[in-house]
Amino acid sequence: MKDTAEKRELMLGNKAVARGLYEAGVCFISSYPGTPSTEITEEAVKYDEIYCEWAPNEKVAMEAAFGACLAGKRSFCAQKHVGLNVAADPLYTMSYTGVNAGLVIAVADDPGMHSSQNEQDSRHHAIAAKVPMLEPSDSAEALAFAKKAYEISEQFDTPVLLKMVTRVAHSQSLVTKGERTVPVKEYEKNIAKYVMMPGNAIRRHPIVEQRTRDLTAFAETTDLNRVEMGGTELGIITSSTSYQYVKEIYGDSVSVLKLGMTNPLPVQLIKDFAAKVDRLVVVEELDPIIENHVKTLGLSVSGKDLFPLEGEFSQNSIAAALGEKTLSFRKLDEAIPARPPVMCAGCPHRGMFYTLKQNKCTVLGDIGCYTLGAVAPLGAIETTLCMGASIGAVHGFNKVLGERSEGRTVAVIGDSTFMHSGMTGLANIAYNQSNSTVVILDNSITGMTGHQQNPTTGYNIKGDPAGKIDLEALCRAMGFNRIRVVDPYDLKACDTVIKEELAVKEPSVIISRRPCALLKYVKHKAPLTVDTNKCVGCKSCMRIGCPAISIKDGKARVDATLCVGCGVCSQLCHFDALQSSVKEA
Amino acid sequence: METKNIMIVGVGGQGSLLASKLLGHLLMSRGYDVKVSEVHGMSQRGGSVVTYVRYGDRVYSPVIDRGEADFIVSFEALEAARWLSYLKEDGVIVTNTQQIDPMPVITRAMEYPEDIIGKLKAAGANVDALDCLSLAEQAGSAKAVNVVLMGRLSHYFDIPEEEWMASLEAIVPARFLDMNRKAFVLGKNT
Repeated sequence: MKDTAEKRELMLGNKAVARGLYEAGVCFISSYPGTPSTEITEEAVKYDEIYCEWAPNEKVAMEAAFGACLAGKRSFCAQKHVGLNVAADPLYTMSYTGVNAGLVIAVADDPGMHSSQNEQDSRHHAIAAKVPMLEPSDSAEALAFAKKAYEISEQFDTPVLLKMVTRVAHSQSLVTKGERTVPVKEYEKNIAKYVMMPGNAIRRHPIVEQRTRDLTAFAETTDLNRVEMGGTELGIITSSTSYQYVKEIYGDSVSVLKLGMTNPLPVQLIKDFAAKVDRLVVVEELDPIIENHVKTLGLSVSGKDLFPLEGEFSQNSIAAALGEKTLSFRKLDEAIPARPPVMCAGCPHRGMFYTLKQNKCTVLGDIGCYTLGAVAPLGAIETTLCMGASIGAVHGFNKVLGERSEGRTVAVIGDSTFMHSGMTGLANIAYNQSNSTVVILDNSITGMTGHQQNPTTGYNIKGDPAGKIDLEALCRAMGFNRIRVVDPYDLKACDTVIKEELAVKEPSVIISRRPCALLKYVKHKAPLTVDTNKCVGCKSCMRIGCPAISIKDGKARVDATLCVGCGVCSQLCHFDALQSSVKEA
Repeated sequence: METKNIMIVGVGGQGSLLASKLLGHLLMSRGYDVKVSEVHGMSQRGGSVVTYVRYGDRVYSPVIDRGEADFIVSFEALEAARWLSYLKEDGVIVTNTQQIDPMPVITRAMEYPEDIIGKLKAAGANVDALDCLSLAEQAGSAKAVNVVLMGRLSHYFDIPEEEWMASLEAIVPARFLDMNRKAFVLGKNT
């Protein structure tokens, strides 16, 4: 057994995609981070042969990848499911232009919403944009399908979607690595193909429809789709991680049609499979896309009559839905307190949220770590929709409520989210002049997805010096007269700035600036200690929801392994009980 | 061989990644098919985190379901209780006795349950509890809780200690190796 082990590697699904890109000869990657897609680009950047970058958003990333493929190099971009909404505009028309060198677009869905604001099913985008979609079910397929996607892209002159889900992206399984080969094409001017104005696009549309017919024929015979015949009482059509759950339950005892390409779907392959089994069931997470296709073929099939439209599947959930036995288990007759994610000790967002709460502000929030400002005890955010929506929404909110809201309503948005899609919202405020206040929570990094650089940090994806966008100058250029910078560790300063900017009758921007406490270069102070003689147990310090502070035996206690000495809690203490554990000389 | 299941549970930031890396390396080098599954992103911010490690001749699902875990390796007492339903009938919980208050306890919305370990045992679970934080500090770093737990887990495996150590060497930076070796042995022999 040992000698085979050495040729194999236990690899994260996203890393396996990156390996596939390397082996396929990809030369250009532009992405915007988003869980669970981020590691594809982070792993790809480790190959010197591939140029990688973080773009300001997914639309720009996809357009950059389009340009690079047009120029003749195999190109790629990755995003999470909601990121593909942002990039949908170029995608739908790239379907018409087609590609030059291959172009593959990874989209990572998040059934179960481990780290997402919705549970949309990206397969709808593949259908609507009329582009092929491949769905690997483990790391070995992630690598193989990434390579195969480039062959399909070039053979059928189309961008190809590679759909990951959390359980494929963030699971490690065994892969065998191959060699890199780099096919390159020359760029040729072709106005009829690449300039999508009506006269040209009208001629491209029938080509797209013919391509779908050709791809459907391809789907009938490609080894991306395979039949695994077992018992014929039950036949299951499935794809992605659901395939693994089905095999976990049944092994080879039932028949399985495993679809590696879920757009377009085959016709004859499904009809032939259905004819061989007594009962046909489709097992797919989220929407009934395969099921509806099977129904249009006039076949009798079960699917969402048995399985939920929501959430992730697992071996037990599928087994139970199909009437199979599941294992018994123990339970405690006791309420177990939940352990939700929280803002870290020393998080610079905390001080600003505390201030906004104290000032009874209505806070329209955005996407990032700071969405946790909505959680108790801060409870300081009242909406979260999508990237950039805080600024778009605060304008509309204030326009209709006028003075009733202007003096108390703010948008909060992180530096990376602001670069992603906050700037256009800010342009709207500057142009249509609502009396709105926008707080940019500038922690000098893209935090939630695990510390990626962005256009405001001054560093690129490799950590090398890069262009740096000056937020103050940008806001000034948009016409804002009032731009304030404040340190969120200084509660008094925060309070003053919030009060002043809400009071003025013109648009304003507050930049709440301090680097993320988890950044390696951030120097922490000594942890605080509680002087139990001074602490009266009033719990004022508990109002900021710091995970390092708790109450034990009626007194505050600071967990020295978590505390970074930010000192926000000590500003709330009326009794001077929270002090640095290191006495100043 | 039937697929075996090890769950690693704890609080975001406690170092479960190294534990799953160690197990993945060890089991793969023994020639097994292995799958390791974890979740990244928002849940990592001090939330409850879980990693699934599965191995055998042919592993399909990347996740472990209720009633399936041969081992639950827990970095924190409450987390062992949270995931109890995943334990197999004759499975073993290897847990650190350390308690970390979750936000509902910090805000006093709920109490941290009393005598969690006792209650797990009363529910019929086979529990092996030890103070890994003290042992890790004894080894030289509070961060070595993960390796102490791995040392303890190694008790239940018919795998020579050299192989565990070889995997430790493969994944731990050289300058931390001695400390981690010590932590492993303390976990194993305490």
